[in-house]
Amino acid sequence: MIREEGKLVERISLRSDRDVARARRVVTQAMDKLGARALGRTRFVTAVSEIARNAVVHGQGGDISVFSHDRSKQVSVICEDGGPGIEDIDTALQDGFTTGRGLGRGLGGAQRLCDVFEIESTPDTGVTIRMAVNI
Amino acid sequence: MTGSATSSTLAILDEDFDAVLNSWLSTQGNEGLTRSDLFSDDEGRAHTAALLKAFAQGVRDGVTGEDFDLKGDAWIDLRSVLSEITRERVRIGVEATDMAAFVQALKSTLFTRLRQRLSDQPEKLIDEVWLITRVVDAFALYTTEIFIAEREQVIDRQRIEMLELSTPVVELWDRVLTLPLIGTLDSVRAQDVMENLLEAIVRERAEMVIVDITGVQTVDTQVAQHLLRTASAVRLMGAECIISGISPKIAQTMVQLGVDVGNVSTRSTIRSAFNEALDRLGYGIVRHSNV
Repeated sequence: MIREEGKLVERISLRSDRDVARARRVVTQAMDKLGARALGRTRFVTAVSEIARNAVVHGQGGDISVFSHDRSKQVSVICEDGGPGIEDIDTALQDGFTTGRGLGRGLGGAQRLCDVFEIESTPDTGVTIRMAVNI
Repeated sequence: MTGSATSSTLAILDEDFDAVLNSWLSTQGNEGLTRSDLFSDDEGRAHTAALLKAFAQGVRDGVTGEDFDLKGDAWIDLRSVLSEITRERVRIGVEATDMAAFVQALKSTLFTRLRQRLSDQPEKLIDEVWLITRVVDAFALYTTEIFIAEREQVIDRQRIEMLELSTPVVELWDRVLTLPLIGTLDSVRAQDVMENLLEAIVRERAEMVIVDITGVQTVDTQVAQHLLRTASAVRLMGAECIISGISPKIAQTMVQLGVDVGNVSTRSTIRSAFNEALDRLGYGIVRHSNV
């Protein structure tokens, strides 16, 4: 559960691998600032990397906003892409499901690596994923 | 002609082109924009003249009523001259602010002349000054955009150069290679890494390859996939691959992510991977005296 309004740290537009790396860096810094431990940070940053990469590879690019929730000690991100959306979210979250040549672990794996994971998809607006981690 | 919003400016440019040019150049001089250390006065003059000519052309054809569209065909000359000059000056090290100031310096030159010419028509003067201000500002902005685009290209190029530098394959021992990976492993880089590595295997007749990921901060499914593919390509070449430098936090994350390394050998440190490699090739490290 996201316990309070977050403060926007940075909004990154996702076009290439370089932007995914940038998203990872911003999340790392935001978590370090709140005193995150190494394992928790690696897990959440990996999840963010997964989701941001999905937006670049499957979602025709998108935006990711990173929020810091200083009082409740959380970091959250909202990632929106401009792709065709996910047809069946429950299936897509299962391990082994892939539309391309990937490992088919990304979405379900990302869900397991965060404390909050909400996914919405519509054919018109693409996929919106909201994730958060408690520090 | 007298009715058009830029008629006086055009008349000034027609009648006094050389005087405007000289005055623009001297304004540049006064503002410290003629960088004789970077380009010669002749070059500066040639650039300025080409720009002024294209500017006059644009104002003549591109301003209709009180509107102008910088992206329109009438401004094509000015755009190309400006981008050429900007590119050249970026390369020799002129700053973005200097480029913008160089364009902006045209204003004072034109305004002084407009004031003389339209001293009895204050309303027309204000209209025309306003319009020219917008045109010149828009072009100053345009140079800045080119400047940024040009810089980004430089950054991209440097990044590619760094990528090439940062995938060294090192021979550790007879038939043992190591590839220390640092930073991120995106698709482009993974391809580079794989090619370098496979070529090195042939060249060095390697039998053991240690891919060390101590310096890789994040292993997501794409990175994992690249690593596993590299390992299977190495195996197809007849060598064995050991992935080393998997920290406890990356190991736990990979498990939760659901990544299965299958039968690829992994070690937590490059030291134990090296030991394993020597062992498999029948070498051992022996302490030879009691120092």
